[in-house]
Amino acid sequence: MKYAFRRLSALLATMFLVSLCAFAAFSGISGSAAEARLGTQATPERVAALREQLGLNRPFPVRYADWLSGFATGDLGESLTYRQGVGELLREKVAVSLLLSGMSFALIVLCSVPLSLVVVRFAGRPLDAAHTVFNQFCMAIPPFFTGLLLSWFFGVTLRWFTPGAFPGLSRTADALRFLIFPAVAIAVPRIAMTVRMLRGTLLRELNRDYVRTAISRGSDRDAVLRRHVLKNALAPTVAFLAQMMAEIVAGVIVVEQVFGVPGLGRMLVVSISNRDYPVVQAIVVILAFWVVASNTAADLINARIDPRLALADS
Amino acid sequence: MKRNYYLFAGLCLTGILAVAALLGFFWTPYDSAAMGAEKFLPPCAAHLFGTDNFGRDIFSRVMEGAGPSFLIALSTIAIGAAGGVLLGAVTGYFGGLADEILIRVGDALTAFPSILLALVVISLLGPGKPVNLVVSLGLVFIPSFARVTRAAYAEAREANYVKSARLMGASPARVMLLHILPNTMPVLLSALTIGFNNAVLAEASMSYLGIGVTPPDASLGYMLSEAQSVFGRAPWYALTTGGVMILFLFGVGLIGEGLRFQEGGDV
Amino acid sequence: MKKLLLALVLSAAMLCALLTGCGGGETPAPDAPSDDGAPAHPDELFVGIAQDLDSLDPHKMVAAGTKEIMFNVFEGLVKPAPSGDLIPALAESWTVSDDARTYAFALRPNVKFHNGAIFTSADALYSIRRLAGLDDAENSADVVAVDAFSNLAAIDAPDETTLVLRLREPSNEFLSYLTAAVIPADYAEQDTAPVGTGPFRFVSRTAQESVVLERFDDYWGAPAAIKTVTCRIIENADSILMSLQSGAVDLFAHLTITQAQQLGDGFRVEQGAMNLVQALYLNNAVEPFNDIRVRQALCHAVDKQAILDLAFDGYGFPIGSSMYPAFSKYFDETLTDFYPHDVEKAKQLLADAGYPDGFSMSITVPSNYQPHLDAAQVIAEQLKEIGVQANILPVEWETWLNEAYLGRNFESTVIGVDASAMTARALLERFTSTASNNFINYNNEEYDNLFAEAQSLTDDAAQTAAYRAMERNLTENAANVYIQDMADLLAVRNGLEGIQFYPIYVLDLYGLRWETA
Repeated sequence: MKYAFRRLSALLATMFLVSLCAFAAFSGISGSAAEARLGTQATPERVAALREQLGLNRPFPVRYADWLSGFATGDLGESLTYRQGVGELLREKVAVSLLLSGMSFALIVLCSVPLSLVVVRFAGRPLDAAHTVFNQFCMAIPPFFTGLLLSWFFGVTLRWFTPGAFPGLSRTADALRFLIFPAVAIAVPRIAMTVRMLRGTLLRELNRDYVRTAISRGSDRDAVLRRHVLKNALAPTVAFLAQMMAEIVAGVIVVEQVFGVPGLGRMLVVSISNRDYPVVQAIVVILAFWVVASNTAADLINARIDPRLALADS
Repeated sequence: MKRNYYLFAGLCLTGILAVAALLGFFWTPYDSAAMGAEKFLPPCAAHLFGTDNFGRDIFSRVMEGAGPSFLIALSTIAIGAAGGVLLGAVTGYFGGLADEILIRVGDALTAFPSILLALVVISLLGPGKPVNLVVSLGLVFIPSFARVTRAAYAEAREANYVKSARLMGASPARVMLLHILPNTMPVLLSALTIGFNNAVLAEASMSYLGIGVTPPDASLGYMLSEAQSVFGRAPWYALTTGGVMILFLFGVGLIGEGLRFQEGGDV
Repeated sequence: MKKLLLALVLSAAMLCALLTGCGGGETPAPDAPSDDGAPAHPDELFVGIAQDLDSLDPHKMVAAGTKEIMFNVFEGLVKPAPSGDLIPALAESWTVSDDARTYAFALRPNVKFHNGAIFTSADALYSIRRLAGLDDAENSADVVAVDAFSNLAAIDAPDETTLVLRLREPSNEFLSYLTAAVIPADYAEQDTAPVGTGPFRFVSRTAQESVVLERFDDYWGAPAAIKTVTCRIIENADSILMSLQSGAVDLFAHLTITQAQQLGDGFRVEQGAMNLVQALYLNNAVEPFNDIRVRQALCHAVDKQAILDLAFDGYGFPIGSSMYPAFSKYFDETLTDFYPHDVEKAKQLLADAGYPDGFSMSITVPSNYQPHLDAAQVIAEQLKEIGVQANILPVEWETWLNEAYLGRNFESTVIGVDASAMTARALLERFTSTASNNFINYNNEEYDNLFAEAQSLTDDAAQTAAYRAMERNLTENAANVYIQDMADLLAVRNGLEGIQFYPIYVLDLYGLRWETA
């Protein structure tokens, strides 16, 4: 209970920290929402008037306190560009990004678990080297490059989907068909990493005394693998995957640009260039929550495996 | 001992590419900025990788662009690893409040949009300087190294060899540097290879903001983003540029694999 | 082992199902056109636009891309015709007094707004007052005022179909500002649900995804041919081509030449002009560009045709001053070759100015505009010939606006400048020494005098002559290195007819229709 409370306060602290940093960054970079909105119609007088009207001239602590108190009461503010509530604006974007991450995650799990069970059988044989080489190769392929090739092959040549024309979540089947491609682009190098990690974990377990003893006593190797090894390897794997969930976020942001998926990542990039800070603040806090939640999950699982870590933490 | 083919193959691959990139600083088959030749020439004997949308020789540009790209990635990783290992070692070894703060800052930095960070660095240092890219990306890479190192040090703190070293009166700095660090090498090595991979890719995704190498100078990242927009007309542009990048990362990955093999970290 | 195999086969099967089973392989995407070229959706049109709209309220929008689309939703008292003339819209007719200080409009009766309200002179009066910055309502605070409206002395609406404008100073180009949108006087939701009188009404928008317009059946003219127009926002340059080829979009304006050449079958490319002045703008206040010889040297060193050939495959219209060809009345083509490409002469001019070995300079370019980045790369290469080392500084658009455009903190920049109204003044006023948007710091007394003279003249021919003299002044003083008015390439799906080009940046959906073969 106390542990959970500590975790929760840590989560809040991180979200506070990241929102403060993002807010500070906005006062450090060139331009503001006023210039962004006026474009080439901007004159010093117009910019000054609009800054005043948007409340950008208030001192930094006042603006941040204003934003923070709004956020605490559930009011995310209004987008300076879209003149629309941030919550309403982001609802569907969050859903799209979550769906995309979920799909990549599912792909990673679905592919890497069976694959690693296969490759572990080749350990020490010539085929093992082939796997290692192939694995390293897959890790070297950047997601946006995969994205480019997938878009052209499946989008333009085969017309299985239309890059840049996301059908919207209301057409679920079409949306899923669209998102599978960005999900693959994100998943490929991560599948390779996961297989590598899983293979290592499985091999370590297989080399433990109890396994050797069991096999030497005549138990079926596969049965041992299933009954004991998998169970013991599960915990570190889940922890690894939880950590990967945090990394998928970064992949989502890049790949959303390549495929033109209207999710959080694209909204983030556009809103930064519009200097639309209420939107950026909200997205940054959502991302922070995501990262911290994934990391916390990883830590909790690790603590279950090795209680010393939990001890060290407290 | 079995011969280490991974290391050998990795060194060969990166070696060839590195020599070509090094050569690119002094000599290229064509002037990499000259716009004389026919546009969008497919690969042929005269232009091994074909020509781009200005009729520039892609092979020459790749040769010239590879060097800066890899240098940027290397310096990024150097900053990230130096900062990350230091922070991770100290906080992992001592634990306590500093540890707590570091985790929070690391998480915050992971969630913080790197584009925004890069814009802040540009407004501080001025646009058009490769150092911007190195600084902002270096910062981004600190948390991942710190996390890995911290975990390794936290684990090692309770290990017997560390306990005995402490009992023998070794100072904390000595324990951290001489006793624990060598033992974290396998973990760090894989973090380094993955990090290098990410750094090369990050250079590519940042170049459109005008950070790092600026046109008409070449960099693999910038060329790739340019190549994307002409993919339908000149697929070889993206394929050759991307291919070189992948081969290089592949080679680095193999070296990492080979080093781990050497250390006996695997099997 | 069997279970393991089973698990493998199952997950592989699931993957395949995910990849193909969602109806991918055989059935075409729902909005893909059939192969015979006939549209699958004769009542619908999908237009690709490269940027999201910046505002829905017509008096607050500044982005050219927003005005381009919302041109179909809003109308002013007059509106531009493809020829560049102003034709009646909400005003049926008008008279201008001989001293060019009184404009009287007879308004069109029985015109409906999209919300059903009837348009009267009160709406016109409200709209003009709002744009003059005279409306105090809360939702009018961030209106982008029309500077020319500060010349208004009085606005009267004697009856429901008459509007009389009186000016402080005579002006015979005031009409061109009255293309400004007329909106209903007692309607406060323009920011989210805009209402105008145009042939299309606004239905909905989803940020970063789409804007939906629908034919307005009560339009005062003949209704448009197409019922629903969905504008899809496609910011990624790579997705543009794919969305066209895969059928998600039927029409896309402002393609690059490379994109147009990759289109393939099923499309035609229509060519118009972007109607902007692309140039290497020089900051006339900083060294070494404060020396006219240096600026002239650059003009001689830059080969416009080579830029067009290398970066634009030969498309585009070379220009020699701050005026583009579509303004045929003002455009002076003799200025285009005022500085022929001449490396020797350029070197001589540089030597005279005290730079026999050239110098180093920076070209700031907004990094999201590939055509400007491309042009800058060719220019940098050309300047090497006269010993000038040009470093390109790509910056983010907002940074460019703030630092280069507003802050005037740059050496040179490649950008395209457009006209916000259909008058020569819109392009030329910015280079007067006191103009707040004179970002190149051009300071020339003769130019200022010419501008004052042009404003005082009421005779159209004399005024045109004054504007032409201003253009010549810019060229002779080598204010900037002028390049071109870029070609505007439209990808149009076969079967879609009725594309019209205007001398300003608009996409007219009104005349578009699907022709079934």
